[in-house]
Amino acid sequence: MTNVTLNPQQPRTAEMAARMDEVKGRSLWADARARFLRNKAAMVSIFVLALVVLFAFFGQHLSAFDNETIDWDVLGNVEVLGKPSLANGHYFGFDESGRDLYTRVVQGTRVSLMVGVIGAAIAVIVGTTYGAVAGFVGGRVDSIMMRFVDIALSIPYMFVLILLLVVFGRSIGMLFVGIGLTAWLDMSRIVRGQTLSIKNKEYIEAAVATGVPWFIIIHRHVVPNLMGVVVVYATLLVPQMILTESFISFLGLGVQEPLTSWGALISEGVSTMNYGMLWQLFIPLGFFVVSIFAFFFIGDGLRDALDPKDR
Amino acid sequence: MLSFIIRRMAVAIPTMLILIIASFYLMQFAPGGPFTSERPLPPQVLANIEAKYGLDEPTWKQLVNYVGGILTEFDFGPSYKYKDRSVNDIIAQGFPVTLTYGTISFVLAIVIGGILGIAAAIRQNTWLDYFAVGITIGAQVLPNFVMAPILILIFTLWLGWLPGGGWNGGQWQYVVMPVIALSTSYMASVARLTRSSMLEVLRSNFIRTARAKGLPNRTIIWRHALKPTLLPVVSYLGPAFVLMVTGSFIVDSIFSTGGVGYFYVNAAFNRDYAVMMGLTILLGSMTILFNMVVDILYAWIDPKIRL
Repeated sequence: MTNVTLNPQQPRTAEMAARMDEVKGRSLWADARARFLRNKAAMVSIFVLALVVLFAFFGQHLSAFDNETIDWDVLGNVEVLGKPSLANGHYFGFDESGRDLYTRVVQGTRVSLMVGVIGAAIAVIVGTTYGAVAGFVGGRVDSIMMRFVDIALSIPYMFVLILLLVVFGRSIGMLFVGIGLTAWLDMSRIVRGQTLSIKNKEYIEAAVATGVPWFIIIHRHVVPNLMGVVVVYATLLVPQMILTESFISFLGLGVQEPLTSWGALISEGVSTMNYGMLWQLFIPLGFFVVSIFAFFFIGDGLRDALDPKDR
Repeated sequence: MLSFIIRRMAVAIPTMLILIIASFYLMQFAPGGPFTSERPLPPQVLANIEAKYGLDEPTWKQLVNYVGGILTEFDFGPSYKYKDRSVNDIIAQGFPVTLTYGTISFVLAIVIGGILGIAAAIRQNTWLDYFAVGITIGAQVLPNFVMAPILILIFTLWLGWLPGGGWNGGQWQYVVMPVIALSTSYMASVARLTRSSMLEVLRSNFIRTARAKGLPNRTIIWRHALKPTLLPVVSYLGPAFVLMVTGSFIVDSIFSTGGVGYFYVNAAFNRDYAVMMGLTILLGSMTILFNMVVDILYAWIDPKIRL
């Protein structure tokens, strides 16, 4: 028996080795992509968000009006004459100062998305660099850097943000910097934790032991494992940035006229809902709620896709 | 335990000092002094006014005076815009209001959110669970500045049941909507946290042992599962407190309740730096202290935390 079994096994192993080339290896990212594509809520959200982005970029070409011209015929009786109507081309009607609401919403969407993406980008770049440095260097540097983060985190950031906006002027640049700078702290903590745990993983040890050069270790083993967490938190940061900006703009401390954003538009809608101009509240509100929903679903989908142990 | 408290305070006190010093120096950067107006004052008059408020002294001495005033007499200084009102008057007027609706929201959020979360976890994958999960997702995208106008629209403009604003000494009709607007989002967070924590606890070994012993379900939930379930909720109390304070900006400006949020936002518009600084320091310090208390509470409840 033993003689018989040994011999046929040898061609079989060779055969299997030959077949190994045919079977495509599945990388971490290919796996994640497959999982993400199966997530229906996330796929619908991507579609919806793509529409919102297209609206923000090209929406103004669908309208014959611009966002600053005041229609003096409507002004003064906006609640009757300013209703949304497809016939006169003011798809979303007028706002209380007689401006075309459609183009205002296009502009507000553009500003809100921009604040979300740029604010999140600042937070990701600063936070990832900071956290990765702290994690890699370790020791005393790490504990000093993280103690600073602890202290900064326990200061309520909304106050800091409003103080910054009041002291340095309410400009959109300041809004980016202020929102980005207050949001990188969490990011740095997450990245540091991840870096620390990756640094001590067995596969890193194995790679070192088998003589893999350090830049390949970082490229092949550290960065891909860090990227998952960074991507997930970056996607979840975008809606948070938009929420913060809307909060500030709702209070009137954010973007200034003639610029506008979802928060500012909602705030204007609130001030006129007493007169029955509900479209001025619900149209920007709809854009806001739908987009935030979409961002959260995409973020959740990415987390499920990239971090399967969490499920 | 004592050393943990001391170590925690060693973080909290420098943080408070940094907050005070940072906001103080930020105010020095601000363009224009507090008395810059459209019609410039004669330099003589300006010098007199600045001397009255101690603004002619070097910056570090102003800082020392300011911090000294807060620490010894709880005096946050005058408002430069309203001559008849000090920052203390504003705090005395607005703080009780904020505290009233804030505390009610806080308690409601934790009790209702907790019950909802526990119920959803016990009845996992039933309509109750889906309802709770649906609410928590919905509340994420309906922040207080969206909730508040919708509430006014429904209960004031359409149904006419509740007054759309004001405080009126805290009569219940005036408190209902601010509380709902403020508490919904963190009620949802509490529910989500409790649910996932309860699910995890229910799958753990000691619960399996309790079931194997044949304990009734109610005893298992209330006697064994509840306490470890509530741990993450305790750690959420700190962030919830911050939400309560910043949420008051919105509640006060929509419902005109006249809490500290109203004064803060107004001060931000009027560039009333003294009021902003005073309120930042007061509310910021309260947040830092509250977070410290929560951390200590957490360490006391959770035996796994190494002190």
